[in-house]
Amino acid sequence: MTTAAVAGAPVARAIPRTPSRLASILTVLFGLVVIWYVAALPMNAGQLTRQYARIDPDRTFTFNEKLFATWTVRRPMLPTPDMILGDFWKTSTGAPITSKRNLMFHVGVTALATTTGFLAGALLGIALAIGIVHLRTLDASLMPWLIASQTVPILAIAPMLLAVLGALSVSSLVAKAAISMYLCFFPVTVSMVKGLRSPDRLSLDLMRTYSATQAQLFVKLRWPASIPFLFASLKVAIALGLVGAMVAELSTGGQAGLGGRLLNASYNGDMLHMWTALVTSSILAIVLVAAVSRIERLVLTGMGSRPPDQNA
Amino acid sequence: MPRGLAGRAWDMLGLLLVLSSLIWPAVIDPETGTGLRLFASTAATFAALILLVSLLTRNLASPVAPAAAILGVIAGAAAPLILLRLTGPGSAAFGLWVYVAGLTILIWRAMGVLSTLIDRDIVRRILVASVFGVAFVWYWQVITIGFAVPSILLPPPSMIWDRMVADVHLLWGDFRLTFFEAVLTGFTIGSLSGFLFAVVVERYPFLARGLIPLGSAFSAIPIIAVAPIMIIWFGFGSSSKAAVITLMTFFPMLVNALAGLRSADRMELDLMRSYGAGYPTRFFKLMLPAALPFVFNALKINSTLAMIGAIVAEFFGTPLAGMGFRISASIGRLQLDMVWATIAVAALSGSLFYGCITLLERRLTFWHPSLRT
Repeated sequence: MTTAAVAGAPVARAIPRTPSRLASILTVLFGLVVIWYVAALPMNAGQLTRQYARIDPDRTFTFNEKLFATWTVRRPMLPTPDMILGDFWKTSTGAPITSKRNLMFHVGVTALATTTGFLAGALLGIALAIGIVHLRTLDASLMPWLIASQTVPILAIAPMLLAVLGALSVSSLVAKAAISMYLCFFPVTVSMVKGLRSPDRLSLDLMRTYSATQAQLFVKLRWPASIPFLFASLKVAIALGLVGAMVAELSTGGQAGLGGRLLNASYNGDMLHMWTALVTSSILAIVLVAAVSRIERLVLTGMGSRPPDQNA
Repeated sequence: MPRGLAGRAWDMLGLLLVLSSLIWPAVIDPETGTGLRLFASTAATFAALILLVSLLTRNLASPVAPAAAILGVIAGAAAPLILLRLTGPGSAAFGLWVYVAGLTILIWRAMGVLSTLIDRDIVRRILVASVFGVAFVWYWQVITIGFAVPSILLPPPSMIWDRMVADVHLLWGDFRLTFFEAVLTGFTIGSLSGFLFAVVVERYPFLARGLIPLGSAFSAIPIIAVAPIMIIWFGFGSSSKAAVITLMTFFPMLVNALAGLRSADRMELDLMRSYGAGYPTRFFKLMLPAALPFVFNALKINSTLAMIGAIVAEFFGTPLAGMGFRISASIGRLQLDMVWATIAVAALSGSLFYGCITLLERRLTFWHPSLRT
């Protein structure tokens, strides 16, 4: 997000855009925060009246007292952004990083499962795409089932897969990564099939006139041509991988990881912790996607191609 | 690659494996401990049939040859199933696996022959794809029964099928509750509001410029994690599930529809303006048709997201029915056949839902280059 914002900032353009992209983003963000605070008023009002009734049933409170107290109420239904930030800061600095009470410990657990599954899924996706592009039989037989495999709500299988892998005494990291992998491979396969087929007939014919072998055709033409497609799908895949890891953690009964923290908070009915887990996972998702974008830029620049316009 | 020669070599290897499986016992009777060679005669018959047909395929280009090859493979595949059913799980011996290995090569070749013979044809695609699907289920059945895999780990397809037939009313009830009350409601509200929001945002370029970068950040958020929050807000009924699905489906539609509405060509828009066309005319005649491929892309993504959302939301607690509830409750009771039966229903309905949207897409965006051949 930040890279996009920076890229969109006025970098000596010939015709400056008015108003700038940064201003638009900030306005929209500001609007969202305002809506959030306003929504917190009615959402937390019920909780507040109950608390006041417990403290002092006889005293009446002024409208102003009630109004602003909804933004600081204990155990809110909709925590305000400053409450979440406060909780985020408290839980990520209040305990040593190796302790289960530290939020960052859980971020680490989830991030590890996500990246492991993501790497495995990307490799599987690329391998399947290479097979599909080169073997006609595989193209006709496998592709429709790959699409069908994604209409299976695979997350439904997560608890069972975990039970099975647990029975085979596989570590929970591998089990979580396996679910991440299942979600990750599909966009990579679809995109890579498109990418590996993207060289046009002229380029292919030119390679043939050089009497290039299938392997050379692949290494020198198909593979480089597919790299932009690969990175586009990797960005989708890593976000999906995080979803997979979190759902896997939800179904292991909340031992560790952001999903586990979310589940524990939901058992306790602790809205603030749930929101903190949710916001933290969103930040993690954005950071992971940004990391892939950064690698994409490096690779594409290294290959000598013009990096894609990062405006979207 | 010299396809013909390599293909013939593969044919020979497959046939050799199938025939050599006659040397070893195919199954061992668990009670007497003696090997059964009953299998031999069956296998030999089918192998001879396949050999004959594969020779015919070389000489004749008639459609009879591939059809006979397929029949031979099907008959050959049926043999171990029948044999295992007779002797019970875990009785498979070495000969059976040699036979399976040989048959694998022949199935692969049959798919290859099929995909070259009926060229560029929808029939070919469906036929080859279904051969692959059937083969997948066949391996599942043969391996789970042959190795006597505990049904706790992976029940054989026949057991799942039996469970589906036995509990069809229960499964239908779960499906009705999850699909019609949660999935369809949430899918409709989420997609519709996402689209309407995109239409509004598109009219104000300032908003769109701010929202598009944010939208791509939002789409990375694991929205499934709001499920427990929605359950606290909306209770355990269908409305909390619908709310989760609404949130999940909103952003893909917003981002896609916005991209679609903005994909209308500037020249074409200017032309429309020069004809004095107002916004409604421009919208319905130009922008909406231009956006439709994008909208359908979002609908396809949303159809799978909606199923996932409903099932995960039900993991957190529901009234005593629904597909997600059935899965988590059956895991608790180690009724793995019920779990798989529910997953099969979910997969089937998910595929049908996806298929319906694809059909609608073909009807409405028939002009798009990706659908023209």
